[in-house]
Amino acid sequence: MNAPLTPSTLAELAAAVRSAPRVLAIGARTKPRLSAVAPEVTLISTLGLNGITEYQPDEFTFTALAGTPLREIAATLAERGQYLPFDPYLLHAGATIGGTLAAGLSGPGRFRFGGLRDFILGVRFVDGTGRLLRLGGKVVKNAAGFDVPKFFVGSLGRFGVFGELTFKVFPRPAATLTLRLPVADANAATQILTAAAGARWEIDALDLLPSADAVALRLAGPAAALPLLAAEILTRFPGDILAAATAEALWADLRELRWTFTDGPLLKLALTPAQLPALATTVRTHAGRLHVTAGGNAALVSLPAPIASLGLPALTLRGPGPLWLDAPTSPAIAAAVKTALDPHNRFPSLAA
Amino acid sequence: MSSTITSVADPARFLRRLGEILPPARVLAGPAQLAAYESDGLTAFRTAPLAVAVPETQAEVIALVRLCHAEKIPFVARGSGTSLSGGSTPVAGGLVITLNRLNRILRVDPAQRLAVVEPGVINTAVTLAVASYGLHYAPDPSSQSICTIGGNVAFNSGGAHCLKYGMTSNHVLGLKAVLASGEVVEFGSASREQLGPDWCGLFVGNEGLFGIALEITLQLLPRAEVFHTVLAGYRTLEQAGDAVSAIIASGLLPGAIEIMDALALEAASAAVHAEYPPGCEAVLIVELEGPREVVAAQRPQLDALIAASGPVEARPARDATERAAIWKGRKSAFSAVGRLSPDFIVQDGVVPRRRLGEALRRIAEMSRAAGIRCANVFHAGDGNLHPLILYNGTEPGALERAEILAGKILHMCVEMGGSITGEHGVGLEKRDYLATMFNADELDCLHRLRDAFDPLGLANPGKMFPDGTAPALAQHGLHPLEKAGLISRE
Repeated sequence: MNAPLTPSTLAELAAAVRSAPRVLAIGARTKPRLSAVAPEVTLISTLGLNGITEYQPDEFTFTALAGTPLREIAATLAERGQYLPFDPYLLHAGATIGGTLAAGLSGPGRFRFGGLRDFILGVRFVDGTGRLLRLGGKVVKNAAGFDVPKFFVGSLGRFGVFGELTFKVFPRPAATLTLRLPVADANAATQILTAAAGARWEIDALDLLPSADAVALRLAGPAAALPLLAAEILTRFPGDILAAATAEALWADLRELRWTFTDGPLLKLALTPAQLPALATTVRTHAGRLHVTAGGNAALVSLPAPIASLGLPALTLRGPGPLWLDAPTSPAIAAAVKTALDPHNRFPSLAA
Repeated sequence: MSSTITSVADPARFLRRLGEILPPARVLAGPAQLAAYESDGLTAFRTAPLAVAVPETQAEVIALVRLCHAEKIPFVARGSGTSLSGGSTPVAGGLVITLNRLNRILRVDPAQRLAVVEPGVINTAVTLAVASYGLHYAPDPSSQSICTIGGNVAFNSGGAHCLKYGMTSNHVLGLKAVLASGEVVEFGSASREQLGPDWCGLFVGNEGLFGIALEITLQLLPRAEVFHTVLAGYRTLEQAGDAVSAIIASGLLPGAIEIMDALALEAASAAVHAEYPPGCEAVLIVELEGPREVVAAQRPQLDALIAASGPVEARPARDATERAAIWKGRKSAFSAVGRLSPDFIVQDGVVPRRRLGEALRRIAEMSRAAGIRCANVFHAGDGNLHPLILYNGTEPGALERAEILAGKILHMCVEMGGSITGEHGVGLEKRDYLATMFNADELDCLHRLRDAFDPLGLANPGKMFPDGTAPALAQHGLHPLEKAGLISRE
């Protein structure tokens, strides 16, 4: 395999796409399985496309080149009291904004206001014919044209190469408070996730921890309100308020995936809380670890070794094994849409 | 590159086969029956379709679409016909498929906080059906008491709460649809997470060009426990705009931030007998919402910001009745403008929020120069303008002059870095402006996507893209339902 191409402008990115019959974009490769494709595919690194090109704090929007590291974006937003509400993973590992969009990886904080799909506004991308196109918009509200930016969430770079992305952001809540609610098993966890998600508390994050023995519940908002809400929550679900430093470490460990096996497969799943107990059993059978997030709607599974099935569709982010377990069936229209955006199959298929 | 219908359709044979799918009572083809379907919320355009089909089941809708495909007859799906961009204006020689009778709420899952509904379900019916669980469906277009979820999905409808909660698209978890080819697809799931590309996201906002949604899985949110709603009057629009900037800069995230100008206030106060602070050029409505402890902590901050912004008067709603009255005045503003003028165009453009003041000044200048009155109601939190351009359709050339002003406003929005539509969609009305936002390659890409879903170009042709036959402009007044006070425009 040759060294990746390294465009440093959007025009060079388009030229790079046109330069080879088979190409795939890569970022910092923090989810390397997603770009572990056949050796004849020319890789295009977006790391030279680095920087926030527009940031308007009073618009709640920013635009950044696809290879911009998330940590740079988060730091710039923080200077103005704002944050990425979809709470991306692998911030300190160097993950890029483009790679995060392609992987469709939203973190625990997405519970409150939604994930990547709820904050992506616009995208400049290179289609399979090598054209640099801009779809969506740069303002927080826009209904012109088909919503291709949203389609790209989780598209694994198989329908276009991202050059520049525009997102909506929000003001960072003034304070956070994390509760640790011990649970006996996955059934007990499911009950808490379901009940808390429907309650009046406006929870910021609601996760079953990889240790499998507790639910972590994060509140975010004005400092004066949080202890009052926490007190009520603790009367319903026994547990403790974590010290600020402990809470920060807990969420940072989850965000940076420090709980996972180093060499085994790491998989992402979409689920509902009702599917959680069965998944927990399957993971335990394979001596794996499970982090359930978004109130039981998403999960990351880390395994010591590849397995054939988790009983639900799963996407391998890193480690050995096939890209998909129990691959979700693609609608027949998928092939036509692929042809529309990539008529010469310049990008690999979703299956590989 | 646009799709074209490649062979000559046979309307007589089509109608015969239509009769094999639906009983005669549910096929409307007489001139009097068709008249009610000639236009939608964009009353300036009207076209009589070949026929109107009234299916009652998903199977019937699928059969109708497959028939249209086999016979190469264009079709337009229609809910309550409230589109303000002419999205459900019929196509001459085509079929209108009304979905109002597919109005079943198929499933409510309070534990997973979702509802599965058919496309003809009315927007507010969803919230009514789930209110007993303490849940609600967030998107709230002003026509929500009559518009349907199917139409909301097709046009990615917005409302007053988009800054915090997003548009329809952000609340659709899954859907089943019949595509223009007759293929039935299922996108998304009951989960709030997805694997692979976001098919649901691509489908929502397709403006009826991909197919017809048959079943929609909607995410529900816990209903906010308490609200703090403030109405503040200002001497100038600028002051109201500055107040918005101060609120945004403060780190608060209100559920809604709305502004109405003097002309809109005049209309609203006449229509719903709302009393606004006298002598104001603008009224600002700001609403905080959330758990009582959170709102209690944020309320003094908001009140102080508003007090410091120099209002003539600031009135916090003291109870639910006062809050409802504030919103009633706001949501009735559009149709209330009908009291000021026999006809009006509701525009829908977006500008960057920081340029709202400049945009309003320029609209006022253009309106003065054209000698056309223009009322403004807008979602200030997200820069979404709704200029209401008043004209008298009985005056020769008045509609054309109003359309010219509307076009200038849209060009201004694009020039400022905004959009030609925030929530009404492109539809028929703005199809000629799509090219102001996208270049030839980008339009080609959108066309290719449309062709992927609808190779024959049968699904709602003539909308979004500047091709297809344009229906005639008609000089007439309010939508019949609007006259009856049943719907309002936003």
